[in-house]
Amino acid sequence: MLWFAFLRLIGLMTTLLAASLVIFVVLEVIPGDPAEVMLGLNAQADTLAALRAELGLNAPVYTRYINWVLGMLHGDFGVSYTYSVPVAELIGERVQVSLPLASGALILSTALAIPIGVYSARHHGKIIDTGIMAVAQIGIAVPNFWIAILMVYVFAIVLRILPSGGFPGWDENFFGSLQALLLPVIALALPQASILARVMRSALLDVLHEDYIRTARAKGLSNKATLWRHGVRNALIPVLTILGLQFSFLIAGTVIIENAFYLPGLGRLIFQGITQRDLIVVKSSVMLLVALTIIVTFLVDIAYAAIDPRLRRRP
Amino acid sequence: MTPALIAKDLCVSISGNPVLRNVSFALEQGKILGLVGESGSGKSMSALSVMQLLPEGARQTGELLFEDKNLTSATDSQMTKVRGKDISMVFQEPLTALNPTRTIGDQVCEGLRWHSRLSRKEAMKRTIIVLERVGLGLEYGLIDRFPHQLSGGQRQRVVIAIAIACQPKVLIADEPTTALDVTVQAQILTLLKDIVQQEQMAMLLISHDLAVVAEMADDVAIMKDGVIVERGPTCQLFDTLSHPYSKKLFDASNYVPAPRQEPVDELAPPLLQVNNVVRRYPLPRGNMFSRRQWHQAVQHVSFDLAPRQSLGLVGESGCGKSTLARTILGLTPPEGGRIQFLGKNPYTISHSDRQDLQLGIQAVFQDPYGSFDPRHTVERTVGEPLHLMRKDFSRLQRRKRVHEVLESVGLSSADANKYPHEFSGGQRQRIAIARALVTNPSLIVADEPVSALDVSIRAQILDLFADLRDRLGMAYLFISHDLSVVQAITDRVIVMNAGRIVEEGPTEEVFTRPKHPYTQVLVAAAPDLNEALHKRRRQ
Repeated sequence: MLWFAFLRLIGLMTTLLAASLVIFVVLEVIPGDPAEVMLGLNAQADTLAALRAELGLNAPVYTRYINWVLGMLHGDFGVSYTYSVPVAELIGERVQVSLPLASGALILSTALAIPIGVYSARHHGKIIDTGIMAVAQIGIAVPNFWIAILMVYVFAIVLRILPSGGFPGWDENFFGSLQALLLPVIALALPQASILARVMRSALLDVLHEDYIRTARAKGLSNKATLWRHGVRNALIPVLTILGLQFSFLIAGTVIIENAFYLPGLGRLIFQGITQRDLIVVKSSVMLLVALTIIVTFLVDIAYAAIDPRLRRRP
Repeated sequence: MTPALIAKDLCVSISGNPVLRNVSFALEQGKILGLVGESGSGKSMSALSVMQLLPEGARQTGELLFEDKNLTSATDSQMTKVRGKDISMVFQEPLTALNPTRTIGDQVCEGLRWHSRLSRKEAMKRTIIVLERVGLGLEYGLIDRFPHQLSGGQRQRVVIAIAIACQPKVLIADEPTTALDVTVQAQILTLLKDIVQQEQMAMLLISHDLAVVAEMADDVAIMKDGVIVERGPTCQLFDTLSHPYSKKLFDASNYVPAPRQEPVDELAPPLLQVNNVVRRYPLPRGNMFSRRQWHQAVQHVSFDLAPRQSLGLVGESGCGKSTLARTILGLTPPEGGRIQFLGKNPYTISHSDRQDLQLGIQAVFQDPYGSFDPRHTVERTVGEPLHLMRKDFSRLQRRKRVHEVLESVGLSSADANKYPHEFSGGQRQRIAIARALVTNPSLIVADEPVSALDVSIRAQILDLFADLRDRLGMAYLFISHDLSVVQAITDRVIVMNAGRIVEEGPTEEVFTRPKHPYTQVLVAAAPDLNEALHKRRRQ
């Protein structure tokens, strides 16, 4: 198991390196001078030269790449052009919003999806199952920002129990911050939960036709005990696959949801970075998100091996 | 002594279709009742009915008396106290019968803890004893292993351990050895018989194999279409079979097609020459730095096949016989040695010459349904190899040829427009043979061609093979794990073990006087109906 994790860790490093290269190439080497792009069409020649020097654009490509990677390893992400603050500081601030948002949504969607999926599979073919799956279908079809708008209307405007957007900051108002994140988390989690619940249900139905389920029943286990002891764990394997794949959509979702709720998160930072052509911010934040996705994939792989012993190969 | 379990007039129907009709039997302590029949006869349904694990939508009437209780009217929660504790079941497929994500110890222990108030520690102690009982002592260190790390025979022993963990009074075994090799089958059967006698359990043994049942069971019941057609004490029953169906079944399991009419000219230049062939497969690496390990699938195998000869290739799973077949068919190149078919090496000749060889050698596989495209008509499936013929076959000629071969395998030309699902298993195998015949080959490689078929259909297909042999002068390479099939249809036989040929000779001689110890074990382990009955009579 440890060996398996070690091998995967090497894979993770390689992927990260490859990803950094792709991001670097896309944003820097492809035609178009970043300094020119930043300053716009009417830039003065001397301002341009000064910015080039500041950005270190005069150095050869490979030096710039190595400096960028080494800098990131030291926590130095460069200085934002528009904000004039270190990008690391900027990201650190924004992560305080985005991380609770994304992980909250991940936890909530899993916590909703698994019991719902199991319940639906247990009542397979009955009205309740059909009903749940119809709701889940709607959950998949409706975009998350629309759910966001709908919830803002209901909870913030009609009921006036939750804020419609904005973020007070954890240090200022802890409880208020939690409240502020509640609706975004739900809006982000619902479509995910719908997909996962459907996958959980169909995976469990598949597993329940396996021979070992019959063996468990022949041991004397009740339907319910068989389901939980032998069904759910095996059904989690495909659910985990989808969970890993969905994570990148979750990240993409945060960009939309942070904009919809006016949250100062990473997603909004990227969005602003792109509109303001602050390539340093974009490069570093994208790298961060890519790293996050790769790490989640790594964790999913580890979880696979934890669930399915066939994947743990002895050295 | 009163029987442990009595079934009285059991009727089961699934969504309106009757699958069991007035089935009655009694299981006595320390005795084995054998239930034989072909697929669809309702023998597995009888087992599931005793366990009350019938599929959804099944309706049942009749009585299942166990310790003053009628199980047909028991609720599911009442049955959870009976299943596994008083009545247990052993299943056919040992790989899928075990949960892949839980350890062996865990799975054996689970039933124990469900039915008693044992602590985990006590239950584990008992688990160790039970595993030892089925021949998996601590020295195997299997308690913390997972099913995929065990061999097929070990897995079936674990399934048996799960079934006997709570010392049930009734044990049901549904084809417990069908998925296993003959030598492993013999061990498992011995184990089951020993358990029944030692623990005085009552056992219901379900099998399609008359020889297995004759060897094991004290009483036998023969089923057809959900009805028990004939029953009695084993010897007596087989001596005085009276129902036409049971007679037919008995004859079919001993069936040997008529011997060939013209002798094979073994001195003629060989049709197929296999010379020192080597083929190995890479095993998955333990880690990326360790050296690659190889599985030696076929090691220095050589033999000749004369024109019109029927050669058998027997061996247990993993002995390399299918790899060898693929190499001969031109699908996997050998890593060493040479293949020559019609005097040419298929791996070194030009593309057009290779097509000629492909016309001359065709294959028939075990699962006919799996080797057809379900969306193609029979005509398209059977006619497909004809594209190899470069001399353009017109559509009409093509159709004519397809009709010709369909008739030659005992189907009608009207069947050409049907789809595979419209045929029975035996008919599908006939289609597969027709597809092989359509190019007018001189050699057919048949890999387990009758293993998936019921005995009565097996007899018909063997007849067909014999008929084609006499009529068309077809040569065969017959690959099978079933010695009786090979014995029935081949002139010469090759015995393979662990990638090597251990014995070769005329079929009759090899089977009656095996020389190599492995062949001796194989022949001794193969269940034989007449021998089993003979042994029983002497007792």
